[in-house]
Amino acid sequence: MPEQLNKVFIDVEVEDSIRNDAAIAAKLEEVCPVDIYKDAGGAVEIVDSNVDECVLCRLCIEASPPGTVHVKKLYDGTELQ
Amino acid sequence: MRFYEYEARKIVELAGVPVTKYGFCTSAEEARKVAEEIGGPVVIKSQVLTGGRMKAGGVKFADTPEEAAQHAEEILKLEINGHMPRGVLVDPKAEVKQEYYAGVVWDGTAKKPLMLFSDMGGIDIEEVAEKHPEHVGKGHVSNLLPVSDFEAKQVVAATGVTGSQLNRATPVLARLARLFRENDMTLAEINPLAELTDGSFVALDAHMEMEAEAVGRQKKLLRKELGIAEDDTRETYEPSDFEKNVGAIDAADHRGVIQGKDHGFTGNLGLVIGAGGGSLTLTDAVRNQGGQPANYSEIGGNPSVAKACGLAKEVLEKDGVEKIAVMMSIVSNTRVDIVARGVIKACLELGKDPGETIAIFRIPGAWEDEGFKILEKYGVEYCDRSVSMWEAAGRAVSKIQGAPA
Repeated sequence: MPEQLNKVFIDVEVEDSIRNDAAIAAKLEEVCPVDIYKDAGGAVEIVDSNVDECVLCRLCIEASPPGTVHVKKLYDGTELQ
Repeated sequence: MRFYEYEARKIVELAGVPVTKYGFCTSAEEARKVAEEIGGPVVIKSQVLTGGRMKAGGVKFADTPEEAAQHAEEILKLEINGHMPRGVLVDPKAEVKQEYYAGVVWDGTAKKPLMLFSDMGGIDIEEVAEKHPEHVGKGHVSNLLPVSDFEAKQVVAATGVTGSQLNRATPVLARLARLFRENDMTLAEINPLAELTDGSFVALDAHMEMEAEAVGRQKKLLRKELGIAEDDTRETYEPSDFEKNVGAIDAADHRGVIQGKDHGFTGNLGLVIGAGGGSLTLTDAVRNQGGQPANYSEIGGNPSVAKACGLAKEVLEKDGVEKIAVMMSIVSNTRVDIVARGVIKACLELGKDPGETIAIFRIPGAWEDEGFKILEKYGVEYCDRSVSMWEAAGRAVSKIQGAPA
């Protein structure tokens, strides 16, 4: 029996083009209210255990270039625009 | 919050009610000194937050200070109903002419304090009220207007007490009513209120309980006057593992609030409930429709998914729980989708089918459309605010009892 399931309801992906962008990594860590993004020494890291906490606020999408951050709602197959 | 007898005695004393010259002691030597100061026969009483002291040997009489010390030593080691005494109260053995009862309780129906007086003191007021109702006087007092002696006098006089006894008992009851209101008590009683052979009235024993939510604003009384430490919460029972675990989950995450109680609950329907008094209403709704709750809980203030999940897991892991009902009233601003994620995740992490395990999900409010999408995906029965809390609780009860919903 799994202790903790992650990414049951939400999945978050970032494009390779911003993965190692230090400024965006810092910005994403700053704006996300539920700590899904971590600035790992200038690289964007997704904290899997926090992904299902996503409150669909869109702050990460607004903080990054268009089309580089994808927030997917796994329960209805749609993506946050 | 409950008080030891020595503290209750201090509270009535501070309110101007006459008391005997008593002393609180934590050692036999202190008890001997107090008995010496009193200078006569004394009674030694165990200071425990439980009843049945007399039967358990926690109350003894002594004629000399040496005897008082010996009794105190024995009583200080005596466990009563699982409680070790905090100390002993050494009290003069009063020459009593008659015993009365004076009390003030919170009348939840009238939403006002209710004064009670009886000329048959020293025994349970419930017993007197049942067998000798003509010996119990009653009268409400206002929550706002000052308590007048006249109101207390009417209550005392209703028991047939007249003359000097009426004049002496009246201010005692009036002061008790004032201290009840000023100190946010839910219960304040003096039993027995003794008329001594010299005609004076004194409180021989007192029992006080304060509204738990008022503890924060009664610091002057609690900390300064009574010296009660901030961490002295006076729980009436040892918290269960469920209660401790829920408390730990709540403390570990600042988002939202969860609480869980299972003391006295042995049912099969777990409750994940809350919002604006919703928990009490929903627990009653389940019980009144034949359901057997496994617990009481409160969830609100926008908890995280992890917190909602943690509460639901604790409820689901309780012995005997077959299903959970997730319900709130409509005044909540807690996000429906977040709670839905939490409770579904709890089921999944425990290897249970959310559609089978969650008997009903009724949380109307913020982000409910998003929440409903999640519930539909996992086959969980849900309803919106068009279904009353009563009806939702009834559906959960029907489902767990195997009847058609």
